[in-house]
Amino acid sequence: MSGGAVASSDELPFTPAELAEIEAEARAGLEAAAGLGALAEAERQALGKRSRFSLLYQQLGRLSPERRKEAGQRLHQLRRRLEDLVEERRHLLLEAERLARLEADRLDLTEVLPGELAGHLHLVTLVTERLEDVFVGMGYEIAEGPELETDWYNFQALNIGVDHPARASTDTFFVDVEGEDGADYLLRTHTSPVQVHLLERGRLPIYAVAPGLVYRRDTADATHLPGFHQIEGLAVDHCITMGDLAGTIESFVHALFGSEVSTRLRPGYFPFTEPSAEFEISCQICGGEGCRTCSMTGWIELGGCGMVHPNVLLATGVDPEEWSGFAFGFGVDRLATMRHGIADLRSFVENDIRFLSQF
Amino acid sequence: MRAILSWLRELTPLPVEPGDRQAAAELASELDSLGLVVERVEQVGQGLDQVVLARVLEISPISGADRIRRVVVDRGGGESVEVVCGAWNFEEGDVVPLAPVGAELPGGFKIGRRTMRGQVSDGMLCSARELALSDDHAGILVLARPAGELPPGVELGRSLAEHLGIGRDVVFDLDVEPNRPDCLSMLGVARDLAARYGLPLFPPEPRLEESEPSSAELASVEIEAPELCSRFIARVLTGARPVASPPLLQRRLHLAGMRPINLLVDASNYVMLELGQPNHPYDLDRLGGRGLRLRAAHAGESLVTLDGETRILGTREPRRRDESSSREAVICNLNDLPVGIAGVMGGHSSEIGEATTAVLLEVAHFDQVAVGRTARRLGLRTEASVRFERGVDPAGLGRAAARFCELVVSGAEAAGVAPPKVARGIAEAAAASFEPTRFRVRPARVNALLGTSLSGAEMASLLSPVGFEVRPGGAQESLEVVVPSFRPDVTGEVDIAEEVARTFGYRKIVPTERRSPAVGALDEVQLLRRRIRRVLAGVGAHEAWTNSIVSEQEQLLSGIGADLVRLANPMVGDESVMRAGLLPGLLKALRYNSGHRNGAVRLFEIGEVFALSSAADGRARPDERQRIAVLLARRGDGAEEAVRVWQVLADSLGLARVRLVQPGFEQGAFEPAGIPGGLEPSLAGLHPARAAWLVADKTPAGPEESDRREVPAIGSLGEIDPELLEAFGLAARRIGWIELDLERLAAAPRRPELAEPVSRFPSSDIDLAFSVSDEVPAARVEETVALAAGELCESVRLFDVYRGEGLEEGQRSLAFRLRLVAFDRTLTDEEVAAVRRRCIESVEEALPAKLRA
Repeated sequence: MSGGAVASSDELPFTPAELAEIEAEARAGLEAAAGLGALAEAERQALGKRSRFSLLYQQLGRLSPERRKEAGQRLHQLRRRLEDLVEERRHLLLEAERLARLEADRLDLTEVLPGELAGHLHLVTLVTERLEDVFVGMGYEIAEGPELETDWYNFQALNIGVDHPARASTDTFFVDVEGEDGADYLLRTHTSPVQVHLLERGRLPIYAVAPGLVYRRDTADATHLPGFHQIEGLAVDHCITMGDLAGTIESFVHALFGSEVSTRLRPGYFPFTEPSAEFEISCQICGGEGCRTCSMTGWIELGGCGMVHPNVLLATGVDPEEWSGFAFGFGVDRLATMRHGIADLRSFVENDIRFLSQF
Repeated sequence: MRAILSWLRELTPLPVEPGDRQAAAELASELDSLGLVVERVEQVGQGLDQVVLARVLEISPISGADRIRRVVVDRGGGESVEVVCGAWNFEEGDVVPLAPVGAELPGGFKIGRRTMRGQVSDGMLCSARELALSDDHAGILVLARPAGELPPGVELGRSLAEHLGIGRDVVFDLDVEPNRPDCLSMLGVARDLAARYGLPLFPPEPRLEESEPSSAELASVEIEAPELCSRFIARVLTGARPVASPPLLQRRLHLAGMRPINLLVDASNYVMLELGQPNHPYDLDRLGGRGLRLRAAHAGESLVTLDGETRILGTREPRRRDESSSREAVICNLNDLPVGIAGVMGGHSSEIGEATTAVLLEVAHFDQVAVGRTARRLGLRTEASVRFERGVDPAGLGRAAARFCELVVSGAEAAGVAPPKVARGIAEAAAASFEPTRFRVRPARVNALLGTSLSGAEMASLLSPVGFEVRPGGAQESLEVVVPSFRPDVTGEVDIAEEVARTFGYRKIVPTERRSPAVGALDEVQLLRRRIRRVLAGVGAHEAWTNSIVSEQEQLLSGIGADLVRLANPMVGDESVMRAGLLPGLLKALRYNSGHRNGAVRLFEIGEVFALSSAADGRARPDERQRIAVLLARRGDGAEEAVRVWQVLADSLGLARVRLVQPGFEQGAFEPAGIPGGLEPSLAGLHPARAAWLVADKTPAGPEESDRREVPAIGSLGEIDPELLEAFGLAARRIGWIELDLERLAAAPRRPELAEPVSRFPSSDIDLAFSVSDEVPAARVEETVALAAGELCESVRLFDVYRGEGLEEGQRSLAFRLRLVAFDRTLTDEEVAAVRRRCIESVEEALPAKLRA
């Protein structure tokens, strides 16, 4: 502020107190405005032509240029402050109005009528695909074979002689049609015939798994179905060992169940493998301590495996001195029941959507 | 196979005391790792050391009770005990087992002081079953009935375990694999365990006092059919008595799951369990001649077996091209009458009975295949047949026969009766002499197979304890292996590899990493199948799995015209054919859900269908195809939804140019063909006026009619025939259906792989509504419009169908929205107008259709 004593003719048209009062009055008016219309009115009153502010402005003309500049600056600053306030208030009111409009559009999201849900894949499909993915990750191909087989593929080529008990008519469904090998067609009793198809194809090495439906003459009950799913694995290469078999089983069990689950082999018997083994995994229910699920042994039998019998290789024209291999197989449905605590296998074929839609 | 610990310990000194559960569990784990899977470990005989011998002093009634009595017994040391007993089979003076208060019986039942009808009972008198000694529960086990003084050896207060010489024991219930016939015997199991524990094995070495005349003088044996039996021997005992067997023998039979009968029968069974050699004792006096002959059964001859059933023999149908497969072995007396089914079961007529004194014991090595065939045909799997079927030790006959004689003699002595005379030697017939199997084994090959690095000497030390003779084989680091006679399963090098692995321990084989050199991937069809599953789930369908073995009636009901694949041996009479379509299965799944008030549902299934077709040579051949079926039964579903779901599927799979060909419209003749055996997609089971084939065009839109005929159908869709719903017990309503052949679907033309650029210029729409005769399918109009619009056509979409006011009868209005676009410019009004005119002219000219004003 320049100077204290000034000429009377050149006095400012307002005192600082007066100016403060004008500002306070205008602010009160603007802040009290509850709508955009009221705000426009308050703005008019504060800064309009007839406002006290404008009257002061009109008096600037009579002041000396220096004084005019000083007073003008002060008034201009006040105007800026008030205009900012107007803008700020307008924003607030606009936002409030927008919110009120949206609020009127409120929807209770729990009152929505339910629509149709997506369907679910069958649990056996999900488990099969999971298994396929694990093996594809290990570089295996997925092989498939027919469900109606000849004696050659289901038995003969697998070193299951004519008088093997597995051929007894109590186990196998036969079809009254004679195949080219002179024996009746049958419904495959395991996925192992796919091994023969793969070997006969003549492209070595082989790393393949074959999931599929197989059939046995069992009455459907909680633990049996006349048609059920297996998955078969076959690896044939130079110098494949039983250690490779144990390692492969360990790898896929870890991928499926987690690395804390251990595996082990114990001697078993299959006509198409020698040595043959059953493979077991440590019981996940009790962590190997022993419980009812694992019959207190801490281990659960998962499937069978072994080194491909030389007779199988010979039957399919593969030289067992040059090539060796391993094979393994296990029940997919049983794996699914184990994992999901399903007490009755028949749930799988009832197709109750209350069951199907759980997975 | 139930292996009994005390029996095994007689054969090898296993460091396992009965009653030590921990040790028993460890033994079970070793058995498991040897491939003798333990299904259950049973602790038996607890409490037999707490049960004491007591003598009945007094029996008196209890007032108000007519079923129980008060019994006072002397439990030794002058101490008398009062008990209440409900059995009536004993008398004052009898010696009986008393379970005193505090005793725990086998099975865990604990004896406490009880009061019945005011009478205090300080213990329990026990039956043989309550003590797990046998199944006898007819009354209290009477141990002795002395007239006055107690006989020697009976001491009151002594424990029953001590008195009978039987105490605690452990039974291992083993699941023996079919390739280990030797382990269907205590000796075989003991041999494996002895090898594992590094213990000596003590096989029974029967010692006999023999007398003249010899067995061969007293009886003859003859093999008439050498292909059914390689060796047949017999022994004769005279002066035998069918007394009760010693308690230990009875108890072991009982624990092994066999019923004790009398010494002669029990000894026979005991030998089978101990050595694995089935054998059969005949009553020589009832045999009908002093000798046995083995021959092939005559067709239709009959025999009453020990179980009282009449068995017809020799009726097995020979297998095609194998006449000998019908041969069954039968044992005859010297009058040529059957007295036993070889290896399966003996005959009733010469059964050992109360009056038997002369015994002829048959021990033979029958053909395993023949025994297996006969047992299966008769549905008569016996302890003997199971062992023969898997392979009995051909060199073990003599020892088994001698062991039987030894047991009968010692059993008679224990029972206090005169032992029988054992005739010297054996009567024998041999069709072939036994030659052990021997071959060379390359340790390097065994190691290569197992992934081990064992030396030849190490292998030899693993193999010899289980009975193999191993010598250096001379050339190239090889071994010569002589297979023991009781291991018929071992025939080559890989079997030795298994035996090495087994005795070394499968668990000691170190897992190694083996990776496939290939890149794993699903093939095109497998990927397609996965995509189909997900798209169908996306439209709300749940995946079902229905039985592929179905009833013929249901197949026929659904109008499937295929030549069905029939099962020769169905489980259930009405589920006897393989499905030729997925419709019946999914209808039944729908019915199941309807029954649970969930009938508004969509289901799909992917599975095989089957049919017979005739090959060129006239022979029938079964075929199978993979199908996909979708059943649409939500509210509002029907043929329209079937079309829409198909469109979603076709679009998601990137199919291009698959048309609906519907009967009843003029589209040229269409006869789906190409898949043999009636597995061609069909409209059977569908509403005849709401069903169409799905046909892939090989050429762009608008092919000549004649081109279309050869194009195979991918599948069919429409609405299920209401009559069929009724036949399946479902209420008539609109249910949509799609069924596709997977292979054809996979082969159907797809959208090109190369991306088609999208125009950056604005497009123009033209709406055209035609009134069209009902005889013309809308697709025809659409095709015509698209063709007329030419290059500028981006899409043609039917957006409204209207029938009614303002239209003539037999006409409907079809409104299409045609979107036009050019790549290089914005279309002018004139260009659009020209296309519009062209479209209208084409449609009106080609079809009975008129633009609506």
